[in-house]
Amino acid sequence: MTAADGARASVREDPAVPTVPRIVACPDGPIVVRGDVEIVDDRGRPVPRRRRTVALCRCGGTTIPPYCDGTHKANGFSTAGC
Amino acid sequence: MTATVPAGLRTGMARPQPRGPLGALVWGALDRRPDEVDEEVRAALVTAARTAVASGDLLADDDVQLTLFVLYELHYRGVAGVDDAWEWDADLLRARGVLEAAFEEALRDRVEVPADVAADGRSVADALFALTAPGPGPSVARYVGRRADDDQLHEFLVHRSVYQLKEADPHTWAIPRLAGHAKAALVEIQADEYGGGTPGRMHSELFARTMHGAGLDATFGAYVDRVPAVTLAGVNAMSLFGLHRRLRGAIAGHLAAFEMTSSLPNRLYGDGFRRHGYGTATTEYFDEHVEADAVHEQIAARDLAGGLAEHEPELLPDILFGAAACLYLDDLVGEHVLGAWERGESSLRPAAAAARRAG
Repeated sequence: MTAADGARASVREDPAVPTVPRIVACPDGPIVVRGDVEIVDDRGRPVPRRRRTVALCRCGGTTIPPYCDGTHKANGFSTAGC
Repeated sequence: MTATVPAGLRTGMARPQPRGPLGALVWGALDRRPDEVDEEVRAALVTAARTAVASGDLLADDDVQLTLFVLYELHYRGVAGVDDAWEWDADLLRARGVLEAAFEEALRDRVEVPADVAADGRSVADALFALTAPGPGPSVARYVGRRADDDQLHEFLVHRSVYQLKEADPHTWAIPRLAGHAKAALVEIQADEYGGGTPGRMHSELFARTMHGAGLDATFGAYVDRVPAVTLAGVNAMSLFGLHRRLRGAIAGHLAAFEMTSSLPNRLYGDGFRRHGYGTATTEYFDEHVEADAVHEQIAARDLAGGLAEHEPELLPDILFGAAACLYLDDLVGEHVLGAWERGESSLRPAAAAARRAG
C-alpha cells in the first residue's frame, strides 16, 4: 500500500470526515442538517433551500416552517424529556 | 466585471469630519504620504492619542471612537485619498495601540463575564445561550417592530449601516488564526454570510438593497458623520477583537453572541418595515437573517465557541468576554437610541456637520 492509499483509507474511516449527510439534534433547539438531503413537504414537493446547512424546527413554534426561526428560545422548549 | 460592483464599493470610505483634536491631527497626517510626514508630527500623533484617552468615558468619546474607526478602515477597504502605505506605518499603529489599550481596558473594566464555566463544548454553549437569552425589557427590536415611525426606521438603518455594509468582515480576520473544528465552523458561517458564492446574496449587499428601498445612500461610510460614538464603539470592538490574534477567543465569542441575538430581533425589524408598507426587496435582509442566524447561532455556540474552548481551553475567559462585550455594547446603543426616541429626539448627530463638509 502506498502512502497515498493509506491517506485515502484514513479519510474514509475518520468519523470527523463525514461522507454521508449528517443530522445534529441540538439540545433545546432545532435539528441541524448538513449534506446532500432532499427536503420535501407532505406531498413530496421540494421545500426551497437557500443554504447548505439548514436548521429544522423542533419546537413547533416557528413562523418559517420547516425551518427554525429561534422561537424555541422564547417559548420554553426543552429536549430534556425527548 | 466591475459593472457588478456597486458604485459605492469601488473606492475607500469618504473621510468623515474629525470630532476633536486627535482626529484633526490624524487626518492632517493622512492627507500626505507617510514618507512626507516628519518625526515631529509622528511623535505628536502618539502624544495626542495619550491625551485623548486620559480622561472621560472612552465608549462615548466621539474623537477617540471616530479616529479608531477611520484607522481600522485602513485595514478593510481603505479611506478615500489616503495612501495605502499608512496601513502598516509603525507610528500610526503606535498611536492606534494607545487608543486600543485604553478601549480594551475600559471594556474589561465594565463588562461582566460569566465565571465557573467548564471548557467543554456543551457547557460553553449552555453558558452562551443563558447569557443571550431574550429578556422581557424594552428593546430597539420591539420598538422598531411596533412603534417606530418612518424617520426612526431610517435612523435605525443609518446606525446599522456602519457595520452591516461590511457585514461579517471583522470576524473573517479570525479564520487563519483558528484550527480544526472551530475554523471549519467559522468558515461555514462566513460562507453563508458572503452569500455562498453568489454576490447578490452577500448579507452586506442585501443590506444595501434595504437601504436603497428606504431611499438611503448605501455607500459604505456615507452616514458616519451622523453616527454617535457609542455606535462606532460597537463596530470598533469587532475590529479590535478581529485584528489581534491574541484576542481570537473574544472575536469567536463576539460572533456567537451576535448570531445568538439576531433571529428573533430580525423578525421584529422586518415587521416594522412591513408595517410602513415597505416591500420584500426592502425586508429581505431581515427575513434572510431570521432563517440564517437560527442556523448560525447553533454552529457559533457549539462548534465555533465550544470547539475553540475545547481546543484552546485557556481562551475560554476571552470567548465569554467577547460575547459579553458584544451584548454590553449592543445594550449601550439600545439605551442611547431608545432614550432619544422616547424623548421625541433624533438618535443621530445633527446633519449640520455633514452639510458643512459638503459646503
